[in-house]
Amino acid sequence: MKILQISVFIENQSGRLYEVTNLLGENNINIRALSLADTSDFGILRLIVNDPQKAHTLLKENGFTVGRTEVIAVEVPDKPGGLASVLKVLNENNINVEYMYAFVEMSGDCAVMIFRFDETDKALEVLSKNNIVTIEGAKIYGI
Amino acid sequence: MIWNEEFETLPREALEALQLKRLQNLLERVYANVPFYRHAFDKKGIKPEDIKSLKDLHKLPFTYKQDMRDNYPYGLFAVPREQVVRIHASSGTTGKPTVVGYTRRDVATWAELMARTFTAAGVKKGDVLQNAYGYGLFTGGLGAHYGAELIGASVIPISGGNSAKQVMILKDFGTTAISCTPSYALNLYEVALEEGINLKDLPVRVGVFGAEPWTNAMRKEIEEKWGIDAIDIYGLSEVMGPGVSFECVEAKNGMHINEDHFIAEIIDPETEEPLEYGQVGELVFTTITKEAIPLIRYRTRDITRLIKEPCKCGRTFVRMEKVTGRSDDMLIIRGVNVFPSQIESILVERKGVQPHYQLVVDRVGNLDTLEVQVEVGEDLFSDEIKVLQNIEKSIEKDIKDIIGVSAKVKLVEPKTIQRSEGKAKRVIDKRVLK
Repeated sequence: MKILQISVFIENQSGRLYEVTNLLGENNINIRALSLADTSDFGILRLIVNDPQKAHTLLKENGFTVGRTEVIAVEVPDKPGGLASVLKVLNENNINVEYMYAFVEMSGDCAVMIFRFDETDKALEVLSKNNIVTIEGAKIYGI
Repeated sequence: MIWNEEFETLPREALEALQLKRLQNLLERVYANVPFYRHAFDKKGIKPEDIKSLKDLHKLPFTYKQDMRDNYPYGLFAVPREQVVRIHASSGTTGKPTVVGYTRRDVATWAELMARTFTAAGVKKGDVLQNAYGYGLFTGGLGAHYGAELIGASVIPISGGNSAKQVMILKDFGTTAISCTPSYALNLYEVALEEGINLKDLPVRVGVFGAEPWTNAMRKEIEEKWGIDAIDIYGLSEVMGPGVSFECVEAKNGMHINEDHFIAEIIDPETEEPLEYGQVGELVFTTITKEAIPLIRYRTRDITRLIKEPCKCGRTFVRMEKVTGRSDDMLIIRGVNVFPSQIESILVERKGVQPHYQLVVDRVGNLDTLEVQVEVGEDLFSDEIKVLQNIEKSIEKDIKDIIGVSAKVKLVEPKTIQRSEGKAKRVIDKRVLK
């Protein structure tokens, strides 16, 4: 299942991260997971939130450069070698991971990882064939 | 020391008589041979014979850099192209360069003017001159080269860049004089130190520096670090190249304009009215001896002041102060002329790039830096770092390839670049040049 990730362009200056998160908070948008990638000049904040459409509109209206990307939430066995077993499947099928980050909360006994692939559809197919569970949007936004 | 005693110390009255004679001859030539000037004169209702004294100069039309572009490449030549033995060009604002030509006599005149320049700096026969101005379409390298050869110096045509090799040659070839941009001189000092060489310990005695604005503080720094006399020179390719004006080592106070070849005026860039000696305004040149591409009242856009008081070196030529600014938005960054419009045209050709950008120019250590800030809109944005970094790199490459200057591109958030009513403030120049 593909889910929607919101990304925000942020210059490396103090207070910007606060401004984004505060804006979301004041508008009742809950951040489910996030990752921040940065260079010396700028950063890209990637967010999984409970209401991606609302978050997108809100950030845009407030002058941020916002993007939407389809990513996949994958259930990863919460035991040593769990993540490696998932990556092994992807590797064997030549699926490139652009980046990934973890959810804080669990899905049952499993950890949840957000994956950004270069070929999202192909990745979904491979995961499903190998019985690796992906989580649908409605569920992930509410975890 | 003076290279050409006769002309460089000509009494003012005789000098002005010579200027008038040469000016009148020039007007006849351009009126007969350059359609652009014939039209411009006719439009003003002026005939060459109407110019009866130097005071009539202001009746003549101006020539702008745009006129050279409009007549690209050879339209302003006053001689058949077959008589042109050299063609140089400087970078243009819209991709097309500004083209200048030289007849055999122009090349000889130019060599004479650069011989005067080097001689005034204290360079003489027997010196080993390391010429680190760029050779090629840029006038700096070959202009300096011919002048130094005429003096009889041993010229090393190393051209610009390749710092480690420059240092090796400075040390091994017995260089006694160096010519390059002043910022490059400071850069070479650092490179030499890294190689364990203190330039002060070498026989180099004098440096002839130009092609970019610099300060007296920088002169002091170069002189102390290198243990040399640092001399300022001025020129622009449209007028001749290097050798238009030069400092003397005796005074190091203002650059003597070769007035037997160029008539200098200072005008108010707004009203275009001539200003008195001593007043600050835009420098305007009429090239009275040039054959291939003579220019009438060429607007240099350089802001300076003319000093009429006699100099202790004995030259009678007026001096111009260091250029303190521009009446247009041209920037000189590490010796390269850069117009914000050039950067703009590179940016707008790129899909997704906002028309909002800002140039931040600074001097870090000894080198000018150029940062191009570009706002990131949705079309440009990506959730992947490498995509954004590739955009930065590819704009940097375009700027380097097209304009010839290294820049750092920095992506910024939308609306962070200040919007202003009317003319946008495109440039923040943090360099202090007073």
